[in-house]
Amino acid sequence: MNPKSWLARLSLLSIDEDGDSPERYNVLRRNMMILMIFVTIVPMLLMAAVNYHQYQTALKEEIVNPMRILVNKAKHSFELFLAERLSAVSFIASAYTFDQLADENELKRIFRVMKSEFGGFVDIGLIDESGVQVNYVGPYELKGKDYSEQEWFHETKIRGSHVSDVFLGYRRFPHIVIAVQSSPAEGKNWTLRATIDTARYNDLIASMGLDPRSDAFLMNKKGVLQTQSRWYGDVLETVQLPIPPASFEANVVELTDREGRDVLMAYASFAHSPYNLVVVKQRAEVLRAWYTLKSELFFLFVASVIAIFLVVFKLTDVLVKRMRECDERREAAFREVEHSHKLSSIGRLAAGVAHEINNPMAIINEKAGLMEDLIRHGAAFPEKDKFLGLIKAILQSVQRCRSITHRLLGFAKRMEVQIEVLDLNEVLTETVGFLEREAVYRNVAVEMRLQPNLPRIASDRGQLQQVFLNILNNALAAVDHGGSITISSWEKDADFDAVAIEDNGSGMSEDTLKHIFEPFFTTKKGTGTGLGLPITYGIIKKLGGTIEVESKEGVGTKMTVILPKQPLKEAGG
Amino acid sequence: MEDWTVLLVDDEEEFISALAERLAFRGIKARTAGSGEAALAAIEKDPPQVMVLDLMMPGMSGVDVLQHIRRTHPDIKVILLTGHGSTREGMEGMRLGAFDFLMKPLSIEELVEKLRNAVSSA
Repeated sequence: MNPKSWLARLSLLSIDEDGDSPERYNVLRRNMMILMIFVTIVPMLLMAAVNYHQYQTALKEEIVNPMRILVNKAKHSFELFLAERLSAVSFIASAYTFDQLADENELKRIFRVMKSEFGGFVDIGLIDESGVQVNYVGPYELKGKDYSEQEWFHETKIRGSHVSDVFLGYRRFPHIVIAVQSSPAEGKNWTLRATIDTARYNDLIASMGLDPRSDAFLMNKKGVLQTQSRWYGDVLETVQLPIPPASFEANVVELTDREGRDVLMAYASFAHSPYNLVVVKQRAEVLRAWYTLKSELFFLFVASVIAIFLVVFKLTDVLVKRMRECDERREAAFREVEHSHKLSSIGRLAAGVAHEINNPMAIINEKAGLMEDLIRHGAAFPEKDKFLGLIKAILQSVQRCRSITHRLLGFAKRMEVQIEVLDLNEVLTETVGFLEREAVYRNVAVEMRLQPNLPRIASDRGQLQQVFLNILNNALAAVDHGGSITISSWEKDADFDAVAIEDNGSGMSEDTLKHIFEPFFTTKKGTGTGLGLPITYGIIKKLGGTIEVESKEGVGTKMTVILPKQPLKEAGG
Repeated sequence: MEDWTVLLVDDEEEFISALAERLAFRGIKARTAGSGEAALAAIEKDPPQVMVLDLMMPGMSGVDVLQHIRRTHPDIKVILLTGHGSTREGMEGMRLGAFDFLMKPLSIEELVEKLRNAVSSA
């Protein structure tokens, strides 16, 4: 199998060229559709898939990065806030001695300055080595309080400074404590302790500028909320979320909360304090843009697929139909050429035969004629009349042969058309003249309805005569006795004249009508050659005209010949 | 018997011999020639008044003979015979100077009429 046909087979586009069934067009159409759909949809699918993933990734990045940045910034703000306050307390602890700070007025002054320079301080207290608050400035009565059992006190002793979680101390509202220990070279250790208002925390979170559909809060390592959460609990409650592992760099995770909401959680751990800053956004919210895009993509994809299908169907339909039409036309043209060839070879054959026969026929004619002459002029003998009768029959048969061969030769001829400008009415009148005697003899009325001043046409006089003679002969034969024939002429349009010959004779059946222009078809038993009308048809075609026949059995026949005023070029002969 | 003669020229011997006999019955003297060359020789020897000439002959064609005659013996009237069944050849022949034409197989009465016309025409 050569590569070309192999490829055609593979592409489903080969078609059984010599097959006859219309099925092969359906098969071809089906194959074309499959191929086209495959070639268009598969790449589209691939691209859609690739786009989908890329978009998903890109969008996530788009959403995740801002969150990350936001959390980092907020975290830094918090850390800065705390660092400032811690520095302030550390400074005081370093700059003043225990005795200075134990002085009430001194502490009051210091506290006043602290409050005015750094926002958020609620109180300040000096605690000795054993944990007793020996001096206190603030809104509460806490001088003399013993903190030795408190955890922050222990923490401070160990670490040297401490920033506490939010807790509810004696004051029953959330606050945090910053404590710094001082270890002087001589003397005992002491601790300076200040309380910060957690309202500042809330201010910091508020300043993050989150939209109302997110939640942001501070929590400690154990998940205890340090600030109010919108969705996940109040201050000092444990957050109702899975606690992420510590991460100093802002991290974003996807998870489902206890209410079944899909959320994105961004969080960051503080470096110097035991806190996590958390921002929670609902995934649906965040990914709204993505969902819209996804459904848009899907819609587009479906619409494209539908469009592709429609176009492919229509296109293949049209294409295959055209193909079929072309094939059919080609078939028809081929048949016509075949037919034409057949006719012309019949014609040539006929011409050859006729010509060959004329000579022997001439011999028979003269010999038999001579026999007749001899017998007529000779003496009588018993069978003389019979002989004369027989010879007459021979001569009649020769005449029959003669008319047949002459017609045969007329049919086959490729006579050249001799064009002259003539008046159709004149030709018609002349031709009718030839048959006048016959018509009168048969009592047939001939009516002429010729358009006066009919425009002259350029055509072949002799051939036109032959045509009209032929048609008139047929008309005469049809009406037999006592009928009528009407001959009319008129100008059909700017390029054509028309002649109609109508008779009220026997008419023809529809079946007969189909065959009248076929060579050797005749309804006249014994006398007809069946060549008159085919010859007529051929001549008219050669002159560039057309002939139409209307006929009804028992009513009559009308033959209309339409002739061009200028001879047209036509193919064949 | 008429006082003029007609020369019948055709390569079909059977045809013209029978034709000559039939013409004799009708009071017409007829001679025959079986080819264009024989015809020309016969004319040189004893020219006829009228000729019946077949167009389709082997060797020298009827047209050639006709053209020759028109040059050498223009008073001889020529009637052409054609087996082709087309009037065109006949008309063509008449353009070349033939007096008339007939188609084979011919009608003897028609031939006699044409012969008489030919002889009596100027």
